[in-house]
Amino acid sequence: MITTTKGLMDESALTKKCGMLSTDDEETTWVEFYLGDELVHRSVHVNLKKGLVLSSSVGVF
Amino acid sequence: MANVAGLCSSAKAEFLTGIHALGPGTGVPARSAGAADVIKAALFLASASRGVADTVYNTTGELAGTGGYTQGGVTVTMGTAPVVSSTEGCFTPSANFQWAAFTSSGAFDCVVLYNSSQGDKEISVHTFGSQSVVAGTFTLTMPSSVAGSALVRIA
Repeated sequence: MITTTKGLMDESALTKKCGMLSTDDEETTWVEFYLGDELVHRSVHVNLKKGLVLSSSVGVF
Repeated sequence: MANVAGLCSSAKAEFLTGIHALGPGTGVPARSAGAADVIKAALFLASASRGVADTVYNTTGELAGTGGYTQGGVTVTMGTAPVVSSTEGCFTPSANFQWAAFTSSGAFDCVVLYNSSQGDKEISVHTFGSQSVVAGTFTLTMPSSVAGSALVRIA
């Protein structure tokens, strides 16, 4: 059973589609469930590969 | 041997915990570093204009407080102290960010970290590919807290 826009539904009654995208900065996976042509569930998992960097330096005389 | 100028690696991690207040000024904290501030993470629409010029968190462009999302975002788990990895000061939250039973009010591609213990001062803006969620879960998995990948690093 999964949560959908129509409440809890049995996965077997739905069409499942999955996807994945990978870049240098992130890896994203998603799963979608359709009731006919209607999207009733979409979950997303974004795996951040790296964050932000502040460079540092000190002055010279 | 010779002396080599540079910002101490340990100081980079100490800046992340507010150990050093270099100079006076409004907002300079006079506090111990015994407890982490409350940091929050909020999601913003792909159409928003968040960026490095931001100074204080606000709801302009944030997801609407509908569909299981609460404006202001979620509290970041601060279970791990910043560390020095190689020569970088590194901070990464100790748990992933997650929104469950969630339907986004629009496409979103940004999470903003801000300090709710310090007047909602904004810390960082992180972007990712535009997403939408329907009656599902959105999880943002944190990178490893090491040089080259930690969420916030001082190199």
